[in-house]
Amino acid sequence: MSLLNAESPDVMTCLKSAQINLLWHPSLSEASTDEFVRLLDNILTGKVHLDALCLEGSVMMGPNGTGRFHILGGTGKPMMTWLGELAEKADYTLAIGSCAAFGGITAAGNNPTDACGLQFDGTTSGGLLGSKWQSLAGFPVINVAGCPTHPDWVTNTLMQLALGDLHHSDLDELNRPRAYTDHLVHHGCARNEYYEYKASAEELGDIGCMMEHKGCLGTQARADCNIRPWNGSGSCLKGGYPCINCTAPEFESPRLNFTETPKIAGIPVGLPTDMPKAWFVALASLSKAATPKRIRKNATAKHIISPPGKTKDTT
Amino acid sequence: MTRKILGPFNRVEGDLEVEVEITDDKVSKAWVNSPLYRGFEQIMQGKPPLDALIYTPRICGICSVAQSLASANALADAQGIQPELNGQLVSNLILACENVADHLTHFYLFFMPDFARDSYQEKSWYHAIEPRFRAQTGSAANTMLKARAEFMHITGILAGKWPHTLSIQPGGTTTSPSASDRVKLLAILMGFRQFLESNLFADSLENMSQLDTSDDLKIWARSHSQSDFSQFLLVAEDLELDTLGKIKSHFMSYGAYRFDDTFLFPPGIWTGEQNRAIETFNPSLILEDISHSWMLSQNETAHPFDGTTSPDSNQENGYTWCKAPRYDGHVIEVGAIARQTMSGHPLFKDLVLNGQSNVYNRIVARVIEIARLVPEMEKWCKQITLDEPFCKQASMPDEAQGQGLIEAARGSLGHWVRIEKGKILNYQIVAPTTWNFSPRDKNSIPGALEQALLNTPIDKNGKESVSIQHIVRSFDPCMVCTVH
Repeated sequence: MSLLNAESPDVMTCLKSAQINLLWHPSLSEASTDEFVRLLDNILTGKVHLDALCLEGSVMMGPNGTGRFHILGGTGKPMMTWLGELAEKADYTLAIGSCAAFGGITAAGNNPTDACGLQFDGTTSGGLLGSKWQSLAGFPVINVAGCPTHPDWVTNTLMQLALGDLHHSDLDELNRPRAYTDHLVHHGCARNEYYEYKASAEELGDIGCMMEHKGCLGTQARADCNIRPWNGSGSCLKGGYPCINCTAPEFESPRLNFTETPKIAGIPVGLPTDMPKAWFVALASLSKAATPKRIRKNATAKHIISPPGKTKDTT
Repeated sequence: MTRKILGPFNRVEGDLEVEVEITDDKVSKAWVNSPLYRGFEQIMQGKPPLDALIYTPRICGICSVAQSLASANALADAQGIQPELNGQLVSNLILACENVADHLTHFYLFFMPDFARDSYQEKSWYHAIEPRFRAQTGSAANTMLKARAEFMHITGILAGKWPHTLSIQPGGTTTSPSASDRVKLLAILMGFRQFLESNLFADSLENMSQLDTSDDLKIWARSHSQSDFSQFLLVAEDLELDTLGKIKSHFMSYGAYRFDDTFLFPPGIWTGEQNRAIETFNPSLILEDISHSWMLSQNETAHPFDGTTSPDSNQENGYTWCKAPRYDGHVIEVGAIARQTMSGHPLFKDLVLNGQSNVYNRIVARVIEIARLVPEMEKWCKQITLDEPFCKQASMPDEAQGQGLIEAARGSLGHWVRIEKGKILNYQIVAPTTWNFSPRDKNSIPGALEQALLNTPIDKNGKESVSIQHIVRSFDPCMVCTVH
């Protein structure tokens, strides 16, 4: 449903601009029940060509490898079987969202349904299709991971595929489109000044940096959430809560909990990407000592209480 | 007598299959099957209580905020706190935004496209409906999607993003909008109002809320035939949608848009009898029956605080992953029609006393609810006290229990949590469509959709009846929430 938030332009216009003919979509298509099953049969028998198969939601392998936790209605056949067959007929197969890519939230806890991704089970390559599997066009499953995914990540990937503009080198080590995973959530974060001085939020909703205490993984998470806004102007950080690294496999099982930073000897476990620990510790203590009073005051406030520069005398 | 399995249904959220028995070209029995099990209640056992705020919204990409708020309320109940009033205003704005967007999506993308099917091309209204509402190509969707996306900017400001926000907390919200945010919110609401007043209604929202009788609505439709809602009303009259999917069930609402102890649309139980007043809702009368579910211990019925979720696909009498919630033993229908009836709005008193619950009434209730909600959202924006707090902080007890009862777009949503040794011991969820699409209970009484499908005309050769599609979609089912 995140896809329906696409704008400038909307999802239908995006697809049209790349001449993508949507064969079927669960929310947008007319064909239901028998009409849809006929379409699937026609794809399997080669009467209809499938350019791209997109899956949203994890693959349910349980109970005991039977796939009975997810039967495609009206067919009596497990969804995992349908997916295996359809993937063989598609030029490209895409996992839309972290569940379809890695198992995601549905694989949390004791993973009661044996949920996994199309080509990953958490961080382990494999999943339903196996680590060596390739689509007809010679691609692995393209993992448009995120929980939710940004509508642009989905429309851009599909449009690039349609135009022949997506190459192997455009995918990262987890086969996610680098168009958004070459960035860190930290990039463009409105809290950067607080990060620089390690001026930290103590409660959710405080405007300081949430890395030190509130579990924020923005300096490690691969996504462009603070460069490419959500719903007009938003992001998790702008919403007053930490990044939980939802584009990564196994984000659903945090070390401690989602909004508390695990620490060893006062130092956060999990440092900013590519940063040597000794330097982080040294820089953090230095910058903490150098924190301007304005930033320290604002960090634990809900609104800016101390503006930058000389303040106007309002008395 | 023949049997036929229909599925998978699309333009419903999630997975759905319906089995029907056909006698004399009519549905004589129906069984509703939710063929997907998801396991969220099991996943949350042993987790830190506040992590439920991350897991539960992800049950659903369309009712995500509703799940957030139900979870936050259950945790607040366990903590023994009430959220700050500012937090309640912001939470209700976010929830109303999701609910209105869902109603709009249902009307334009899920429900109306069925009237643009080729099977209706002999109808006099087809030439007007087809170009506007045809799935994927109709002109209405583009305009609606633009208006919807811009309306959802409210969530960008107040919730960080939609779906799956963490801004709704037990004590209020993590966002504390500024004066500049407020004017932006009001401008977004004005833009959305303009879309509604030019496209959906071709009339003011206030006029729509003041249509008091079924006849008023019919007269209004004739004089506003350029509006999308009127297009539906005219089709509905021709197809007699008020006779389709008709059931005499009880309505329930947990109460919607709560501010401390008052509600915009109050809670209650409505039994459908002419002279009986709306009854007080009592949450202890909710029981979940699993006699026909693929769940262990099928003979046990439990209140959600004591409920268990142990999936077992080998249960002999089971035919769905959905449980069968009952209120005081009764089958219940929930949704906009129940909320609007409970709110005492004269139009719905008239519609349900004369026509009970049917396809027509369900759609009208949803669309009129949009007209009633948007002006309230404008008021709530103005009621925010900018320099007061938005979120109360409180510790979570190691041993506690709490319930969170709210109204999602599709109806009553409840979360029940038990906390022991600082972790979640049990977490039970009863979603709106769990009520509406429940299977039979231990007395073999079918659920609301199973009853609504009875006597629907259907071709015994197995050719599908589009009427069944109308009935199923009139409930705006969310199957992913149903089987959480």
